[in-house]
Amino acid sequence: MSATAQTTTEARTMNGAEIVLQALKDNGVEVIFGYPGGAVLPLYDALFQQNAIRHILVRHEQAAVHAAEGYARSTGKVGVVLVTSGPGATNAVTGLVDALMDSIPVICLTGQVPTHLIGNDAFQEADTTGITRPATKHNYLVKDINKLAGVVHEAFYVAKSGRPGPVVIDLPKDILIGKGPYTEAPQTEHRSYRPVTEPDPAQIQAAVQLLKRAKRPIVYAGGGVINAGPEASRLLTEFVRMAGMPCTNTLMGLGAYPSSDPQFLGMLGMHGTYEANLAMHGCDVMLNIGARFDDRVTGRLNAFSPASKKIHADIDPSSINKNVKVDVAVVGDAARVLAALLEAWKADDAVQDRAAIAEWWRQIDAWRGTDCLQYRQEGSIIKPQHAVRRLYEITRELGRETFITTEVGQHQMWAAQYFGFEKPNRWMTSGGLGTMGYGLPAAMGVQIGHPDALVIDIAGEASILMNIQEMGTLAQYRLPVKVFILNNEYMGMVRQWQELLHGSRYSESYSASLPDFVKLAESFHAHGIRVTHADQLDAGIREMLAHPGPVIADIAVAKDENCFPMIPSGAAHNEMILAAGQQGGVAGVTDEGKVLV
Amino acid sequence: MPDASDPTFRNATIAVLVENEAGILARVVGLFSGRGYNIESLTVAPVDAERRLSRITIVTSGTDMVIEQIKAQLDRLVPVHKVSDLTVEGPHLAREMMLIKVVGRGEQRMEALRLADAFRARVVDATTGSFVFEMTGAGDKLDAFIELMRPIGLAEVSRTGVVAIARGARSLQS
Repeated sequence: MSATAQTTTEARTMNGAEIVLQALKDNGVEVIFGYPGGAVLPLYDALFQQNAIRHILVRHEQAAVHAAEGYARSTGKVGVVLVTSGPGATNAVTGLVDALMDSIPVICLTGQVPTHLIGNDAFQEADTTGITRPATKHNYLVKDINKLAGVVHEAFYVAKSGRPGPVVIDLPKDILIGKGPYTEAPQTEHRSYRPVTEPDPAQIQAAVQLLKRAKRPIVYAGGGVINAGPEASRLLTEFVRMAGMPCTNTLMGLGAYPSSDPQFLGMLGMHGTYEANLAMHGCDVMLNIGARFDDRVTGRLNAFSPASKKIHADIDPSSINKNVKVDVAVVGDAARVLAALLEAWKADDAVQDRAAIAEWWRQIDAWRGTDCLQYRQEGSIIKPQHAVRRLYEITRELGRETFITTEVGQHQMWAAQYFGFEKPNRWMTSGGLGTMGYGLPAAMGVQIGHPDALVIDIAGEASILMNIQEMGTLAQYRLPVKVFILNNEYMGMVRQWQELLHGSRYSESYSASLPDFVKLAESFHAHGIRVTHADQLDAGIREMLAHPGPVIADIAVAKDENCFPMIPSGAAHNEMILAAGQQGGVAGVTDEGKVLV
Repeated sequence: MPDASDPTFRNATIAVLVENEAGILARVVGLFSGRGYNIESLTVAPVDAERRLSRITIVTSGTDMVIEQIKAQLDRLVPVHKVSDLTVEGPHLAREMMLIKVVGRGEQRMEALRLADAFRARVVDATTGSFVFEMTGAGDKLDAFIELMRPIGLAEVSRTGVVAIARGARSLQS
């Protein structure tokens, strides 16, 4: 691809670092997140001498990747990272795997020792392409400056086309210093990588046949709809409303369908709603669009939605028939699939069985009647669910554009359950990898992409400490991110599993020796708030939201609250535990179930 | 991971046409080890210098669902051009080459030579105390020859692994 490009354009000669920056600019990059070091000094020197690309100096390379992910997920653009060789690259690996699991387009430029030293165990040398091969969608080691521009252009194409993902470009220092030609992005097709985006009309026809005749249909939409752009979410909403079907979203898909809509059943899966999971279990036709039948969603596979015909639309053919055998497979971009479904639906003469669907809704409404997300806020101890619910209600009152990121654990699930999203790209959470420490740097990236928006990291006191150094980045760039800590002094989800599955033996899950988060905030030039009584909660939230700069709000919540509903490991959708009173059900978890994470 | 009790469990010979570039073999091998797929044999060599293409032939086993996964996972590697499950996509030829060293004297040598002749193995190296035979064929034919040589004086075996191609006019490289 690069070879053809070089013959078509008149090449300008520049050094490797300048070639990289020019290629980034030509691909629409405005900001990169990075951390300097010896091997990338030429790139930092070139950055210093230009103004088109802004560099955000993070405090740890892992955070640079999460920030780029937050930026990418909230803007729909490719996030760009720049780190040095050796430890710079290895520190970025967790972020890369996170982006791989959640299909987030990220380009990570890594420095490398000069080509003649590769393999010599040189200072700060690591086999970056070797280490990141299973951590990326694709990676490159550039050993020929004539190919440099072409590789950067190709990396953008790979990162954002098909199922998006992270791409590493490893850049030896001599390549960055040497002179070579700059070439524009080629207009030709990629030699080998051409993902299918347009769905097969025959499969769309087969899907409509099933959906039109469904008596108990459900639409199960995931992160693929978000990745396909806001138009896909609009088409999803149009399709679901037109077809009168219930819709549930995965953790990654929240915001793809408006949460306030009466046809929305909430999130499904391990901590999903009762109605969403029972509807999945009892449906006769399931349309999965942009989700991947993850183990957190399906529960025990041999009991998953036993009576349904399943339609699976996904841009990645390897996601289809991986965990669950489906009846109709549609490969394509979610927006294109939804547009085709709408068109085929309207062209089809068959009429829906409205009476059966009305009966299905009566059943769903009965399940909804259990009010599975109910909690009782009594006394002065703050229930974590209540804290999230009040945060949601107060931000909605304010009417500001609001973006939420999370860390990983109980607080993440409560955020998913109690914070409603009306639009896509407003919810950034580490779904696939489950990376504690994701939320604060991701919020940084979101805030860079949306300087005037309200960006809140809903956190736990354990997770937040995993990338707490980024408070320094917030201060340096005056990023008014709000960190809302549900502080129960435990790694809450670990504690919950220990209570339910390991005889309440709380092995190493207590958050001992916690810092004073107010003083910690102040030492990083931010505002600190601590709330310990339920009657101070609203005032605390309002104070946090009103403060113009970054804030840590440390909310002391009930220490032993568990996250329900819950499908225990190895159980089926219809075996979920609704609340604390029902914990007898957990005693039935088999050893086989305990093996599962 | 493969469930040998599943009735759809089978062998598969998969041909993969890839960019001839550094790291491609590591990508394919890493995919198999990372996802717990089985590799029984793997061969690779450039097949088209002008178009910079190499061909990898992999013999693997799994249930139909796993084999489909293997194909889909290979196909989404960026430098992969085409993936074909030769086992199910019509009849195909599969061959392996072997160099086999047999050490012995007197009657043992004569017996080795007679058997080699029957198996159409060629003598490519001979000393007073040894032979190296070259032999090409299906894997089970090579296995059978090795078993015959074992009591005679089998010293060393080097096999290429399977290369395979579809019968008829169909071409992966078109």
